[in-house]
Amino acid sequence: MRQSIREKAIFINYKKKNIIRKSTLQEGSKSLLYQKGYKDSQWIEYILFVSAMIALLSVLLITFFVLRSGLPLIQKVGIKDFIFGLKWAPTQGSFGIFPMIIGTVMVTLGALVIGIPFGLAGAIFLAEIVPVSVAKAVRPMIELLAGIPSVVYGFFGMIVIVPFLREKLGGTGLGILAGSIILAIMILPTIINIAEDAIRAVPREYKEGSLGMGATHWQTIKKIILPAARSGIISGIVLGMGRAIGETMAVIMVTGNAPVLPNSIMSQVRTLTGNVVLEMGYAAGEHQQALFATGIVLFGFIMILNLVISFTLKKEGESA
Amino acid sequence: MKINNIKIETQEFNLYYDHFQALKNISLDIEENKVTALIGPSGCGKSTYLRTLNRMNDLIDNVRVEGSIKLDGVDIYHSKVDVVNLRKRVGMVFQRPNPFPMSIYDNVAYGLRIHGLKDREKLDEIVEKSLRNAGLWDEVKDRLKKSALGLSGGQQQRLVIARVLAVEPEVILMDEPASALDPISTSRLEDLIAELKDKYTIVIVTHNMQQAARVSDYTAFFLSGEMVEYNLTKDIFTTPQEKRTEDYITGRFG
Amino acid sequence: MKNRVKYEEKVAKILLWFAALTIICILFAIVSFIVIKGVSSLSWEFFTENPKRGGKEGGIYSTVISTLYLTGVALALSTPIGVGAAIYLTEYVKQGRVVRLIRFGTESLAGIPSIIFGLFGFVFFVIFLKMGWSVLSGGLTLTMMILPTIVRTAEEALKSVPRSYREGSLALGATKWMTIYRVVLPSAIPGILTGIILSIGRAVGETAAIMLTAGSALGIPLSLYDPARTMSVHLYVLAMEGLSMENAFATATVLIALVTIVNMLANRFRIYFTKQVS
Repeated sequence: MRQSIREKAIFINYKKKNIIRKSTLQEGSKSLLYQKGYKDSQWIEYILFVSAMIALLSVLLITFFVLRSGLPLIQKVGIKDFIFGLKWAPTQGSFGIFPMIIGTVMVTLGALVIGIPFGLAGAIFLAEIVPVSVAKAVRPMIELLAGIPSVVYGFFGMIVIVPFLREKLGGTGLGILAGSIILAIMILPTIINIAEDAIRAVPREYKEGSLGMGATHWQTIKKIILPAARSGIISGIVLGMGRAIGETMAVIMVTGNAPVLPNSIMSQVRTLTGNVVLEMGYAAGEHQQALFATGIVLFGFIMILNLVISFTLKKEGESA
Repeated sequence: MKINNIKIETQEFNLYYDHFQALKNISLDIEENKVTALIGPSGCGKSTYLRTLNRMNDLIDNVRVEGSIKLDGVDIYHSKVDVVNLRKRVGMVFQRPNPFPMSIYDNVAYGLRIHGLKDREKLDEIVEKSLRNAGLWDEVKDRLKKSALGLSGGQQQRLVIARVLAVEPEVILMDEPASALDPISTSRLEDLIAELKDKYTIVIVTHNMQQAARVSDYTAFFLSGEMVEYNLTKDIFTTPQEKRTEDYITGRFG
Repeated sequence: MKNRVKYEEKVAKILLWFAALTIICILFAIVSFIVIKGVSSLSWEFFTENPKRGGKEGGIYSTVISTLYLTGVALALSTPIGVGAAIYLTEYVKQGRVVRLIRFGTESLAGIPSIIFGLFGFVFFVIFLKMGWSVLSGGLTLTMMILPTIVRTAEEALKSVPRSYREGSLALGATKWMTIYRVVLPSAIPGILTGIILSIGRAVGETAAIMLTAGSALGIPLSLYDPARTMSVHLYVLAMEGLSMENAFATATVLIALVTIVNMLANRFRIYFTKQVS
């Protein structure tokens, strides 16, 4: 692989020319090191810094403006009467959102009851039962499930689930159960993805150790893998819960939206999110403030959940 | 050993990462237009020293230096020194070939463009010259617009050298440039180094003692952050003055 | 004893298969049910005609334009901001209190439900800044909503650019910004595009926040200050007010198709990116 003599000759020729030709880029003087080279403008870093701060700024602005618009009403009505008040008749001056809080809680719980077993099963299935190639083929489907807009879910609920429930269980079909089913489907991708990652992150030695002792695959999953992946699974569930609490469009299309306390899983309910979006279009004055106040309560729910998540993640980080 | 034409002069140089002292009181003169090899076991500080010569260590947090390194008599750690200019004059070739994910042409032209050269003809000319000087021109002249990532490891390393040559440095630092290459590519690279030293001062870190013996004029032996011995290559490999040097080059440890 | 264990193993596996197949069936049920009923109403005219009589008849032209317009505004703003933030976090300041604050901001923003964004957009952009129900108000609100996705994906993309590229460029005497602008960013583009594409999915599907900030007027928005009704909002109105189930199915089909395309594209880029880096 040595260079041919001809190539060498070319090479030497080049070198000769180079000696004569002055350097194109620099003179090579000693003082050159002291000369200022290209400098990045300080502006670049300022601009990047501002870009990075915009998210934080947004959070602060959102918090400030939502609080500012809703707090006066909570103060006027009194926090106890606002949260525990049973009557929502904003045009007559009654601002009790307890039915909506219960509505949100019921629909969310229902979604978790249906969604957790399926989500967990899906995660175990992908991480432990099928080979990686199958899991890879299924993943885009889960992603699609996550990407379908919530109005489309709501629409599907309206035209399939609600009529089905109406036929099988009577009544209107609208209500907690319909909302829970739709929300369960919607939070599946969140639970599956995060739980699957958590299960995959369990060290292989654990699994091999258990199998090596003669435990069956399922015993290993149940006794070793799931407990080891617990905190990841929990954060997946909590994140799914956050999605369920915050979901708006799909829910209002299937729950009937009556602002009253439910007495069965077939009762119509209105959620906090539904309350806001349904009435915002025409609300004014105190009514509008009350909707912002509803938003504050919802915000509170989400904040608590976020704290729970960072707490579980932190604990996980410590134990790892 | 008397060194004329000192290009880089290192005096009582110390370098610390946090509290760990990685270089201990290094004093070493590097001669112009010669190849100086730095050898020693892993973690002995030879790469760290190499990276102080173009201040690549600046990129690591919590690095502190003492002493001086002078390039043509100017202390490169002086506060007024512009790192960008320094690195233009002291080029570097890394352990693994690191062409940018762009065309072969753009790789070589990169350094020229960032230093403000836009003239198309001039660019063409320097790109060709650099590729020829790196012994790569004939292999790539028909596919200059193709991605550099499609080249073989040896070709990539020569491309990286061409990229360095294009900005016309005075010193070229090579950090185990052949460690990721096959024997044939390695031998080509060594030929290239021999050719380049007419125009450039070369400092090369290598794990391979035969390589150091083949390519270099001077050799410095490093051990745990100290420079144990520095001499003409032919002397250090035949009559090492220090026991530790002898142990290392005869393969008793390392 | 042995038998019980075996029995349990069998039952557990059957249940796992059952659950997994159910999930996949649900996905297929949703997609096929809507698409089968919707695809027959799809025609060229459906895309090129404006809705008539509040959506009872006609197509969805104006809502397509509105969706494009709003998404365009949101992307045009959130991409530079998000990529800038990611550059700051990966290349400039890697740790310390400021970084923790910035991360807290990005994560919190990602956790806020869309209806809260809607409320904020309404009181801040629509009322306080007097932008009214408009493309601009909706676009700015969407910008905030998709910002975290863009920042996160861009950050990942930048982090996966090999260190050797940066070193190689800096060793040639390039400044930090030149290195970022000419070597690091170009290598990260497929990853950044993945984030942008995913954000398009979110922007197209968003409904609640858009209703509160861009309104639901059916005209074609001619300027940033005109109100707009996106496809998702249109679907909601059609379905909830029972205007036209046929058009609702067709609109839902378009949305599903869009999301499918978006996901496929994002996957394509992700695969391309991982290949290129490794």
